[in-house]
Amino acid sequence: MTARRSWLLAAVVAAILAALAAAPFLFPGVRAMDTAARICVFIVLAASYDLLLGYAGIVSFAHVMFFGMGAYGVALASTHLGREAPGLVLGAGAGMAVAVVLAALIGLFSLRVRAIFFAMITLAVASAVAVLVSQLSGLTGGEDGLSFQIPRALSPAAKYLSEPLTGIDPAALPGAIFGGGETGGLFTEVKANGKLAAYYLVFASMLVLLALMRRLTVSPFGSVLMAIRENEFRAEAIGYRVVRYRIAVTCISAGIAALAGALYAVWLRYVGPDTVLGFPIMVDLLLMVVIGGMGTIWGAVIGVTLFMLARGYLQDLMAAAQGAVAADLPALAVFLEPDRWLMWLGILFILSVYFFPSGIAGRLKAGR
Amino acid sequence: MSHAAAPAHRPRIERAGLSERLRPLIPWLLVPAAILLGYLAIWAQASWPLLEPVLNEDGSLRTRIFDLAPFDIRLSSWLTLTVSGLAMGMMIFVMASGLTLVFGLMDVINFGHGAFVSIGAFVGITVLLAFPGLAGAESLAANLALIGLAALAAMAVTGILGGVFERVIVRPVYGAHLKQILVTMGGLIVAEQMIHVVWGPAEIFIARPEMLKGALTFHGAAIETYRLMAVGVGLAIFLAIRAVMRHTTVGLIVRAGVQNGEMVEALGYRLRLVFVGVFVAGSALAGLGGVMWGLYQEVVTASMGAEIMVLVFIVVIIGGLGSVEGCFLGALLVGLTQNYVAFLEPKAALVSDIGLMVLILMWRPEGMMPAGGRK
Repeated sequence: MTARRSWLLAAVVAAILAALAAAPFLFPGVRAMDTAARICVFIVLAASYDLLLGYAGIVSFAHVMFFGMGAYGVALASTHLGREAPGLVLGAGAGMAVAVVLAALIGLFSLRVRAIFFAMITLAVASAVAVLVSQLSGLTGGEDGLSFQIPRALSPAAKYLSEPLTGIDPAALPGAIFGGGETGGLFTEVKANGKLAAYYLVFASMLVLLALMRRLTVSPFGSVLMAIRENEFRAEAIGYRVVRYRIAVTCISAGIAALAGALYAVWLRYVGPDTVLGFPIMVDLLLMVVIGGMGTIWGAVIGVTLFMLARGYLQDLMAAAQGAVAADLPALAVFLEPDRWLMWLGILFILSVYFFPSGIAGRLKAGR
Repeated sequence: MSHAAAPAHRPRIERAGLSERLRPLIPWLLVPAAILLGYLAIWAQASWPLLEPVLNEDGSLRTRIFDLAPFDIRLSSWLTLTVSGLAMGMMIFVMASGLTLVFGLMDVINFGHGAFVSIGAFVGITVLLAFPGLAGAESLAANLALIGLAALAAMAVTGILGGVFERVIVRPVYGAHLKQILVTMGGLIVAEQMIHVVWGPAEIFIARPEMLKGALTFHGAAIETYRLMAVGVGLAIFLAIRAVMRHTTVGLIVRAGVQNGEMVEALGYRLRLVFVGVFVAGSALAGLGGVMWGLYQEVVTASMGAEIMVLVFIVVIIGGLGSVEGCFLGALLVGLTQNYVAFLEPKAALVSDIGLMVLILMWRPEGMMPAGGRK
């Protein structure tokens, strides 16, 4: 029984990862590839957050700040050191180093006394950093952010094959099968340029980091984290230094978040306070991790994919529902305003914390 | 009696040394110290350009290191800043006091507290806008009556909402910090969206009532009337909370509950009921703080509560979770620091509060006046 149950979860995750692997060939258009790349980046970010929230039971509101540090690291390196790859790696490394050091400092200050201080202090530090970044416009470009260039090999200008590769448009599939051999719209052209290379860089990095985090959670280190989450006092009594483990996992997740930020910056070729910092992204991240399922890395994969898709479709759905009830129930229509989608997600968030603390991944595991 | 009632030696209780007796007073001395330090910093900044050597007529350099600025050079700016720092601190205290008591009493941390600040501000502003006649009247009594009405309305609404919030959001997750943080955060998101539904997505600008618009001039320093009023209201609320905590039975139960809740329950008191009362009162105070803060900023937005929560959390942490006095002193320190630093170096204002928090946590890791023996 147990094998079949987790098989369901594995199947869903495998399907998502396979879809992401084939995304440029499966879903034509720049927008689709952009969404796929964002999903890849946020899977890394959400999984690293889950390491903290789900495995160690620590709530941090500064995770997006660490994400932003990686992104700004790449942006600043690329602006000042030129667009070559070594500068890029140096920038990502520097951003990661700053994130890890800051995480260690915050951890030392708050986790030493009370774990609950951590949530409050990270909230304060993250908002201070966000304000600082938008004020120090000389260095960070302020509210406008920074646009920069990435290595030529990853930019759309780079051509790898003279002939475009062939992709498939699933939307044309029914027409091709039932429409009598008309295959003109079925195959699409996928240009083998630097953008495609950049996508696969993001995707491959996501796979590597995901595997790394998965390995970490099944290691003795991961078990100790879960033991601390379940009963801090008992873990301490057994002889584990609770504070050290907590600070360690804070640093690791901050470092991985910074790497995710660096990937995001490479993909967007732009960083700004609204895209890589700030509280709204933190709220999104919380929703992704909690709805997807805390305490499993796979939950992050499911949560991010669902959230990214819901974000687009929920608003359309709400607009349609609003139109349907607008005439009869104007009071209800206000709540279905597409801009209010965050409210429904918030309610879903509260309900999932109450009733499905293990999220969708937990449900799939349980097979119900 | 052949046996003496007591052994032969005569025990004696040593009087605590001076430093021992001063220890609990140190946090109280920090506020005057901060005011003084603020003055010194402002004066030093005014003197700074004088430290550069000047060129004499004969071509030699002359240092002016002893020609410091006169001591009253920026006295008026300092006075203005001090009053506005105190006013800000008082308002933050009004918002933070409920949060710290709720934590101390039931170990509940409410990240949705900011929602009550925003809702209170919106309700208060609605009342103010509903009576333009009273707001425009050139009579202090009419203006104050209007503000009082707005404050009462805001407190009533946020108090009731606080009761609902406690019942629906907080009660199912007692004893689980992780879930509390997540669920109350979810409550904040939903409440902010509800504000958008009721009052629309745009920010609302508001002018203060007529008689509270101006400023008093005192030794060349402009001191806004409204700030003086905020200081007065904040001080009154602090003294009222202190009196309730010290001299009433409810206050006694609350203080005992903060120290050892299980013991109080074992004695037969229903701490849960007291806790609901404190939660409602704390939410109402947050609403009042919201009205005061909204009138101070002269603009209200749905996210203002979440923004001010950053300062509120810093205040609660440096004050010591569960302590009303610590919260008061922490709020004054944060307000003063924020204003002085914003004057000296505007970009460092928010960072300076983090710095203050780091300094205080290095000195006392549990905050200035941690309440209660329970952990």
